[in-house]
Amino acid sequence: MSAVLLIEQILNGLQFGVMLFLMAAGLTLIFGVMGLINLAHGSFYMIGAFAAAATAAATGSFLLALAASLVAAAVAGAIVEMTVIRRLYKRDHLDQVLATFALILIFSEGTRWLFGSFPLFLEIPEYLSGPISLPFGIQYPQYRLAIIAVGLLVAVGLFALIARTRIGIQIRAGESDREMIAALGVDISKLYTFVFALGAALAGFAGALIGAIQSVQVGMGEPVLILAFVVIVIGGIGSIKGALLGALLVGLTDTLAGFLLPAAFGLIMEPSAAASVGSSLASMSIYVLMAGVLLFRPTGLFGRS
Amino acid sequence: MKLKFLALVTALTSVAGVAQADVKVGMITTLSGGGAGLGIDVRDGFMLAIKQSGRDDIDVVIEDDQRKPDIAVQLADRMIQSDKVDILTGIIWSNLAMAVVPSALAQGKFYLSPNAGPSLLAGKGCHKNYFNVAWQNDNLHEAGGAHANSIGYTNTFVMAPNYPAGKDALTGFKRLYAGDLAGELYTKLGQKDYASEIAQIRASGADSVYFFLPGGMGISFLKQYADSGLTLPLVGPAFSFDQGILQAVGDAALGVANTSQWSKDIANPTNQAFVTSFQAEYGRLPSLYASQGFDTANLLISAVAVADVADADAFQAALKAADFSSTRGDFAFAENNHPIQDIFVREVIKEGDVYTNKIVSTALEDHSNAYVSDCKM
Repeated sequence: MSAVLLIEQILNGLQFGVMLFLMAAGLTLIFGVMGLINLAHGSFYMIGAFAAAATAAATGSFLLALAASLVAAAVAGAIVEMTVIRRLYKRDHLDQVLATFALILIFSEGTRWLFGSFPLFLEIPEYLSGPISLPFGIQYPQYRLAIIAVGLLVAVGLFALIARTRIGIQIRAGESDREMIAALGVDISKLYTFVFALGAALAGFAGALIGAIQSVQVGMGEPVLILAFVVIVIGGIGSIKGALLGALLVGLTDTLAGFLLPAAFGLIMEPSAAASVGSSLASMSIYVLMAGVLLFRPTGLFGRS
Repeated sequence: MKLKFLALVTALTSVAGVAQADVKVGMITTLSGGGAGLGIDVRDGFMLAIKQSGRDDIDVVIEDDQRKPDIAVQLADRMIQSDKVDILTGIIWSNLAMAVVPSALAQGKFYLSPNAGPSLLAGKGCHKNYFNVAWQNDNLHEAGGAHANSIGYTNTFVMAPNYPAGKDALTGFKRLYAGDLAGELYTKLGQKDYASEIAQIRASGADSVYFFLPGGMGISFLKQYADSGLTLPLVGPAFSFDQGILQAVGDAALGVANTSQWSKDIANPTNQAFVTSFQAEYGRLPSLYASQGFDTANLLISAVAVADVADADAFQAALKAADFSSTRGDFAFAENNHPIQDIFVREVIKEGDVYTNKIVSTALEDHSNAYVSDCKM
């Protein structure tokens, strides 16, 4: 195995991690600030991708498509928060799971009703397509590098928002003591709508970015949602820093295990069996990672007990 | 008294008449969720044939299995017990078929498969009431191996999802493929990111790639492969290149070879009429799944015309005769009730704004399946 291949896989792991971060950031904020388990977060990912595909088809502009994904997912998030989610804050987690699961079904079938059952087309813009030559003779798709860069920028922006702005102070305060911040005159329901819409917009943005290299279809958000939950459990619920670290850990573990385990088994088994056993074990790797982290830090890497 | 008796007889004969004339068909297929495109095509093809036959004595009950085996089993139980269907059909996925079909057959029902063809139902688990109108699962992959030989590929990289049909796929490919393997990979079922696999293909020194990644998995792989700068030729079964998903792949699929038992340009009158009427009815081009639904219904109609479904032996014989004109041209059943048919190599082309396939060669002629000798009916 060459060093080039390994570096390429590390980049792949980073790109996957950054994409997971966009999903997990919203999820962890919503859980941290409002104490809400939102299973419908994957639906915002799907809404973003569909909005982007529809906009790109109509205008031909990828940047407009990305903007549309942010707006569509944020608007969907705000509407859902004001009509449904708001009634769930005081309920227990089981009710929240039930209601947001219902939202998944409504969004999935609603999307099918609007766009039909066949996957939509969304492609990488011309200026980002094709591979780029990096040092050491590595050929790497420009678009994936762009995803890494954009994702890290979003991370920096989120840190700045939370640590440096007034609304960030309110979010942090809301996380620690809901009643106190309401007593201090902050309109807590507006704050919640904002946080929910922000989380939804990030998920929609991720859906649009990823939709260009994967398939834009109904139900695309749910597999990512499961991984995003793993990420926030590893990172510690409510922590943006934890979500970033957790996402990168999960992305790297998943990619490298999928690559290295079959190769390792190949040393002691015949190729077909090694491929099968190695990839089966590799798909467990992130859950083993999660179990390991929880063993030593039951509240996750940056969680508060 | 006499009058009463007469009324009773009339009532009885009319009841009997209805019961004899109407054939009840239960269709369990995937109409919601990610795999819905396939089920909708099978349903639409099937219903188009029923409509064209003009028969109003075939009742079709259609239900959505949501691609979940437990739901498919519940639907089958309900259709058999309360809807009293005679024939079941419609299932897309092999794992759902394995959950439903054996128990339906054990209850004396017929099953006509418009898509899934797991090896177990072709070999040890074959049954005289089970007819597969599509293909045995290995078929298109065997054609992929034959195609690789005929082009002269000697170092193919093979890849499939890590689940039973994925393993069948690579087994099928290797059955006829004569060259070496540059690498063999099993991906996660439902995986959407293939960056890692593409890097490994690049490093492997392969001269071609054979992949089985149905539906959304294939869309993702093709887009990412085209963007990676790799130019090794790709070969795959039609499942990643059907009419429903090609538009979502776009230019990335152009020129890719794929194996199929059906294509819209097969030049026989049945197929041409099917393509035209499907497009007129539904406003889109048919996929291979639609053709399979259409053929399944026509097989059923041909059997209903000559035999009563209540007479199981006669109905089996009528089905086995396969006396219908298939969109694929020649069509017959092997000993184990799976098709003997040609399998073509198609290439993805662009017709105006629409991406579609055209036949470039025939990979296997009158191809049967490898499980005939395992089947003891």
